[in-house]
Order: sequence, then C-alpha cells, then structure tokens
Amino acid sequence: MNAAESSFADRLLGRVRLSGLLSLAAPLLAIVFAGVVTSIVLLISGDPPLETLGIMAEYGAQPRSIVLTLNYATTYYLAAIAVAIGFRMNLFNIGVDGQYRLAALVAAAVGGAVALPGPLHIAMIIVVAMLVGAGWASIAALLKVKRGVSEVISTIMLNAIATSLGAWLLNKERLAVEVAGSNNIGTKPIAESGQVPGMAIIPGTEAKVFGLIILAIVVGVIYHVLLNRTRFGFDLRATGRSETAAVASGVNVKRMIIVAMLLSGAAAGLIGMPQLLGSSYSYSLDFPTGLGFTGIAIALLGRNHPVGIAFGALLWAFLDTSSSILQLHEISPEIVLIMQGTIVLSVVIAYELVHRYQITAEQRRVSKELAGGASPRPEGASA
Amino acid sequence: MEEAVISTSTPAVELAGITKRFPGVVANRDISLSVRQGHVHAIVGENGAGKSTLMKILYGMQRPDEGEIRVNGSAVTFRSPSDAIAAGIGMVHQHFMLADNLTVLENVVLGSEPRKGGIALDFGTARRKIKQISDTYGLGIDPDAMVEDLGVGARQRVEILKVLYRGARILILDEPTAVLVPQEVDELFGNLRELVREGLTIIFISHKLDEVLSVADAITVIRRGTTVASVDPKGVTARQLAELMVGSELPSPETRESTVTDVVALSVRKVSVHSPDERCIVDGVSFDIRKGEVLGIAGVEGNGQAELVEAIMGMRPADGQIVLGEQDISAWSTLRRREAGIGYIPEDRHRHGLLLEAPLWENRILGHQTRKPNVKGPWIDRGGARADTRRIVEEYDVRTPGIDVDAAALSGGNQQKLIVGREMSGDPVFLIASHPTRGVDVGAQAAIWDHLRAARAAGLAVLLISADLDELIGLSDTLKVILRGRIVADVDPQNVTPEQLGSAMTGAGEAA
Ligand SMILES: Nc1ncnc2c1ncn2[C@@H]1O[C@H](COP(=O)(O)OP(=O)(O)OP(=O)(O)O)[C@@H](O)[C@H]1O
Ligand SMILES: [Mg+2]
Repeated sequence: MNAAESSFADRLLGRVRLSGLLSLAAPLLAIVFAGVVTSIVLLISGDPPLETLGIMAEYGAQPRSIVLTLNYATTYYLAAIAVAIGFRMNLFNIGVDGQYRLAALVAAAVGGAVALPGPLHIAMIIVVAMLVGAGWASIAALLKVKRGVSEVISTIMLNAIATSLGAWLLNKERLAVEVAGSNNIGTKPIAESGQVPGMAIIPGTEAKVFGLIILAIVVGVIYHVLLNRTRFGFDLRATGRSETAAVASGVNVKRMIIVAMLLSGAAAGLIGMPQLLGSSYSYSLDFPTGLGFTGIAIALLGRNHPVGIAFGALLWAFLDTSSSILQLHEISPEIVLIMQGTIVLSVVIAYELVHRYQITAEQRRVSKELAGGASPRPEGASA
Repeated sequence: MEEAVISTSTPAVELAGITKRFPGVVANRDISLSVRQGHVHAIVGENGAGKSTLMKILYGMQRPDEGEIRVNGSAVTFRSPSDAIAAGIGMVHQHFMLADNLTVLENVVLGSEPRKGGIALDFGTARRKIKQISDTYGLGIDPDAMVEDLGVGARQRVEILKVLYRGARILILDEPTAVLVPQEVDELFGNLRELVREGLTIIFISHKLDEVLSVADAITVIRRGTTVASVDPKGVTARQLAELMVGSELPSPETRESTVTDVVALSVRKVSVHSPDERCIVDGVSFDIRKGEVLGIAGVEGNGQAELVEAIMGMRPADGQIVLGEQDISAWSTLRRREAGIGYIPEDRHRHGLLLEAPLWENRILGHQTRKPNVKGPWIDRGGARADTRRIVEEYDVRTPGIDVDAAALSGGNQQKLIVGREMSGDPVFLIASHPTRGVDVGAQAAIWDHLRAARAAGLAVLLISADLDELIGLSDTLKVILRGRIVADVDPQNVTPEQLGSAMTGAGEAA
C-alpha cells in the first residue's frame, strides 16, 4: 500500500485501502465527531444534546420507524450505487437525480397504461425505468465521448431539463390524470398486477417493508461481482485509476465511458421503483427530488463499497425517520440536516486521519519488529 | 582548525543516522552522508537500495523515522518540500512532473506565481527572470515554448530551471541521464559544471557508472539501505564501483551469434503519423523484423519514436500498413493487437505501464485482461493471476515485500522489472521494447538482456528503442537511425562505435 504518496482524492474515493479494524475506525470516528458537532449546535440552540439524541434513538427503534427506515434506505441505496458506478471510473454522474425522476415518470405512465399478468407487468415497468434512466444518461455520455463535454456540466444541465420535461409531461393533456381525493395530479395508477406487495417482516407493526428491498440487495451483489470479479469491472477500475495506462492495455476508453454511464443511468432508473411499485402506484409531483445528491453523499460515506453504502444508507434513513419526532418536542428537525452534512464532512476528515495513523502505526510496528530481533529483510525483500 | 577553514569546509548537506521504514521494508538504515559545497556528488546503488527515498527525505517529501539533516551547518526539519525550497534545496524527480499542455513559463511559475501588487499575475517579470537564469547557466530555454513540443533533454533543463527559479542552491537530480542520449548527457554535464562554478551544489543519482566517474567530485555507494562506501572517482573504475554496489561484474549486452530467420514477423509499410495540427511526426517509415531478430532504432528522443510505437500499438491514428505475420493489422484495435501476440514495454512506465494504486497482481493483468492465466471467460481468475505474478517476481528478481503491495511502493527499477516480466509472458511473437532497461541497475540490466536474448533465440521479433547506445549496438541485429520522423540511415551494429552512431543520430555524419 502506498498511502504515504497517494493523493487526497484517491484516499477520499476509497482507492487506497485501509486494513483490518482501521477500516471500521474511520466511519466510527466520523460518527462520533458528527455527534459532537451536533451536540454543540444543540447546546447553542438551547436543547439538551443527550436528551435529543435519546429521543431520536428511542423513536427510531420503534417497529414502525424501523420499517420506514428500511424503506428510505432501499431508495437511498439504489441512488448511491448509481453514483458509485460512475465514481469508480472517475465519472461524476451528477445527473442521477434527473435520470431517476424521468425514469419513474415514464415507467409509471407505461405501467398505468397497460395490463399484463403479474410478474411480467412488474418486470416491464422496471425495464422501462432502466431504459429511460440509461437513455437520459446516454446524452451526457455521448456529449463526453463525441464532444469532450465534461459530464459534470452536462448532467447538471440535464437535471434542469428533466425537471421541465417532467413538468411538461405531467399534464392532463399528456400523461397525467387527477389523483382521486386530492387536487394533485399524477400518472394513471398501476393496476394490481403491476404492484409489488410489501412484507410485514418487522414484528410489532402492521407496516410493510418494500418488497423491492430485495431488488436493492440484488443490485448491491451485482455491483460487487461486476466490479471486482469480471474483466469488465477490471477495465472499468483501470480506466478510473489511469486512463493512459488503460488505453495502452487495450481498453476502449470511449466505450467504457458510454457503458459505465448507461449502467449508472439504468441503476438511477431503479431508484423510484420501490416507492412506485410498493406504495404510491402512480408518479405524482410529490415524488422526492434531490435523491441523486443524497446518493452522492452516501456513496462518499460508504466509500463506494457495497456494504459500506448499505450502512451509509441505513444511517441516513434512520436520521430522516427520527427527525419527524423532533417537532413534537419543539426541536427544529433541521438539526438532522446539519447532522447529515457533518457526517459527510467528518467522513472525509476521519478517513484522512486514519490513513495517516495507519502510515505511522505501520512504521512503528516495523521498527518494533526490528528491535525485537526479528531478522530485518532489507531493500525490499519480503518481510 | 582555523575559523576560515571551518567556514569554507562546512558541508552544504549533512545527513546523519537517517532511517526510514516502509511497511515490510527498511528503505534507509542509519545513512550518513556529507556533501561538500560546490561539489557534484553522485549517489549510486542497485534498484531499491534507497536512493530516491533518501533524496525525498532531504527534499521534505518524506519524513525520516530517525536521523538529522543539516544544511550549511545548521540542523533543519522539513515538513514539506516548500520548507526544503525555503532552505535552498530543489529536486528534479526520476519521473518528470511537467504539464504538457502549458508553456515553459507557465510550468516554471506554477506554484510560485509572481504577483503584481499582490493580485495580478506578473508574467513579464517571470519571463525576464527565466531568460536571465537560462543565459547565466547556458540552458538555452525559450520561456514561451510549449512543453509538449520539447524533447526530453530540453524538458530536463526546464525542470532544472524551475528549481533554480525558486532559488535553489542545492540541486538534487534523480536519474537525470536515464532518458538522454550521449550528446544530451554531455550538454547536461556542461550545464552542471556551469552551475557548480557559480557555487551551487549538486547531488545526483545514476546507474550509468561511466558518467558518474566522468562528472562527479565525490561518490557515495548505497547498498541495501545503508552507505557502504564513499569513494574518490579518480581512484576507482566502473568495474570496481559495480562490485561495490552489487558485488557482481559489469554486464555487457554483446550478442553475436545471430538467430535471425527468414520469416518476417512484423512488417511496417510507409507508416506516417500526423499531429493534430497536421505536422508530420512520423514520415513514411518502413521496415521488416524477422523472427529471432532485434531491430534497433537509434535516435534522439522526440524524433518520432514514441509516435511510431504508439502507431504500431494502435493507440494513435496512422497512415500506412502494418502487417503482423500474415495479417494486416492496420485497422485493429489495441486490444486485438495485443491478443495477436504483441508485447509492449512502454517508454513511460507511469503513464502507460502501470496502475500505481493497484496491487502488483492486478498490474499483472493489465494489458493481458483477456488472456490466461488472468481470466476465465468473462471472469477474473485471481488465483491464476496471483500465481503468475509470483512467478514474475521470482524470475525477474522484483524486490518487493509481496504481490499485494501497490505498484507505487516499488522503486523505479523494480517497477520496470515487473513490466518487462509481464510483457514477456504469454509467448509474444513480437515485442516492442522502449528503453527496456531504463532506470534498472547494472545487475538487473544484465538479467533483462539475458531474458531478451533467450526469447529472441526462441523466435521472438523485437523492436528495440533505447537511449543507451551500448545496449542498442550490443543487442541489435539490424540498426536504423531515425531523425525528424524519418529513417535516415542503416547502420551495421557489428562495426559501429557509439560515437559514430551518436553523430548519425544528430544528422551530423549521415550513415556512419
Ligand atoms: N511509498 C512507499 N511505500 C512503501 N515502500 C516504499 C515506498 N517508497 C519506496 N519504498 C521501498 O523502499 C525501498 C527503496 O526504494 P527507493 O525508491 O528509494 O529505491 P531506489 O534506490 O531509488 O531504487 P531505483 O534505482 O530502482 O530507483 C524499496 O524497497 C521500495 O520498495
Ligand atoms: Mg529511484
């Protein structure tokens, strides 16, 4: 490991590994640090920190809250994976947000318009969502490959365009209908054959966990296997590490950019599925925005690692869930936003600190071994 | 001792008891070194001996675990290179660090931008200062040239100028001559003498012992992380130096019994490469390489060799025809060419040869990601790749604590050995060897030459490009000279001296 000479960005994006327990130390340190900062903020605003955190923890541990947390986390996990696919190749897909919203809208409309037997109906909606997400992302990919436009710029623009396009499509003359019992409009509800039943797996509550939580798990496994065990994943990571070396090794970098961007977009297309097929059955204006950005934060938090991202998503979701209790206690729920922001920042700092600690610790260990009479193997011989 | 004597003999740099450990390796152990003011002080030692590490410590890039650094008599602690720069120490690295798409002026001021009234960049003053430094030391540098248009020799001078611009009085040069042909080396040494005459002190690292003997005022030999001798260049021979370094004799690249066959392995027909602004960089080059033949190309760097190689590898669009065996591969992708059996030792190992932040066994896969033992179908075969990496480490004597360390943790020469080992794997039919022994010590050089000879005897065709004329003359069966993108002469390697070849390369004595 070459932590001593690695760049800050490499350490930030998890390209330099930490060994053993240290890989746990960093996120813990970050959470403790974020807790301290939040406590200070709470103190300043005149709320007792321990008590506040206690309230949140207690509320978060209730069965109903656990279900909510799992459901949020499912969505966040997919968002973070979509972002992480790009990150591993040094592609910054800021457009996950737009890709997700457009995909959810079109998939909902298509799903509402047809009636097919159960599994087929569901599969079709999911495929449409992935295709639309990938299609929207492909614009940025093509712009980058053909015209050299930075994907950061193009995806930000495409987010804005997706918003207007969404608003234009979600009109009663086009894809929308009036939602019964409200003055909201949305797509025509998806028939029962296209719905994914929830699972009442948490004892003590009737609330159901999204059936598509399984989809999120499958996506995580595919992400891991694809990147670490396949030739394609090797090429993708090689391109992320050094484009010039990848070219010399025979990787077609332009093709890789397109494929990675399409995959990222397809994963983005899945983000809206748990909610669409599991509870709302129709896309309306109250679908959450900004999930793409949450995904970026969680991908950073989880170091682009499928398990790390799962923990990040759960933590994020837990904070979101338990923020709703704060109002009852006359504490501003915005405190949670501050917490989430601080966690991301702390993660950046904590990883840096732990990396530095690892370097010195390892040197100390080597010198101790040497002093202890273990025969030193000089100039690079194995030790 | 008298006052005056003490002050003039205060060493410019004194390192005492320096120790530096990396995971699994002691890079420097209790090293002591004293460099006199106004000296050219050479440091020699085999690959991985700890030379670069020691210099990075002196330049503040690495912190020593133990030991003391004194500059001009006073103890210092460097937390970063800027501390070292403030103390008048500058370093030119083993691997160049200039930005290609900027001008010399921009590169030089990068990081120490001149300010006018605190805000606006003051390029006028900077330009004058660069001109002045260039004239004082005879560096001959145009501040407005683009770096990408400069040859390696000129780039090197820009690196030196950059360091002088920051006010360095003590200059560290890590393997400055590895990329230079003899004439450029002479020029560089002329520059160095000029600098020394102005009272600067120079520490430099090299594996080329003849050069070391010709330019150094003092030599320190490092072996296995520690100083084993300080010698006076007047009192030793290159052979004795090599023995001090590695305990073995100087190798020679001689290969006289020919193994050339009649079967053409690679045929290059009228290949031309143009730059984006339509300049002709490679101009209608043609040659054949037969099985068992080493074709050497001699030339000052920057005369189209790199572009020619990239054209053959399919990394750069080119006109003309390239035929491998029976097949026209001109339209093939890089991957397909590699799969057809082309091995590639690139001239710039950091840009084209390695994933620095990946472990050695992943680097084994690079460039061979579709072939055994690295993959099974679409899957990476970890076991196979790891086992084969161990084989390379063993056979090519790559000094490393293990195959799970990142490539960046290896010394420059050991990185090179890994690449050579990888590219010779999987029975290539044709090998492009650009500076195959660049940066490796004399012992490892001999080993690499042996490997090349053995492969050639087994029918490998080799395109050899090198700045080391002894290597070119000694290994090549056929030798061609390239100048401004054109093959300008055929030379008989049996009857040519390095001097004759050198002048042919600059176009002085056509067809030596
Ligand atoms: N950042 C690092 N992390 C771990 N080990 C390192 C690091 N840098 C150097 N080393 C190890 O320290 C030893 C000395 O390396 P160094 O680069 O100083 O050798 P060198 O004498 O310059 O060799 P060369 O002639 O090949 O350039 C080597 O065994 C190398 O593997
Ligand atoms: Mg070195």
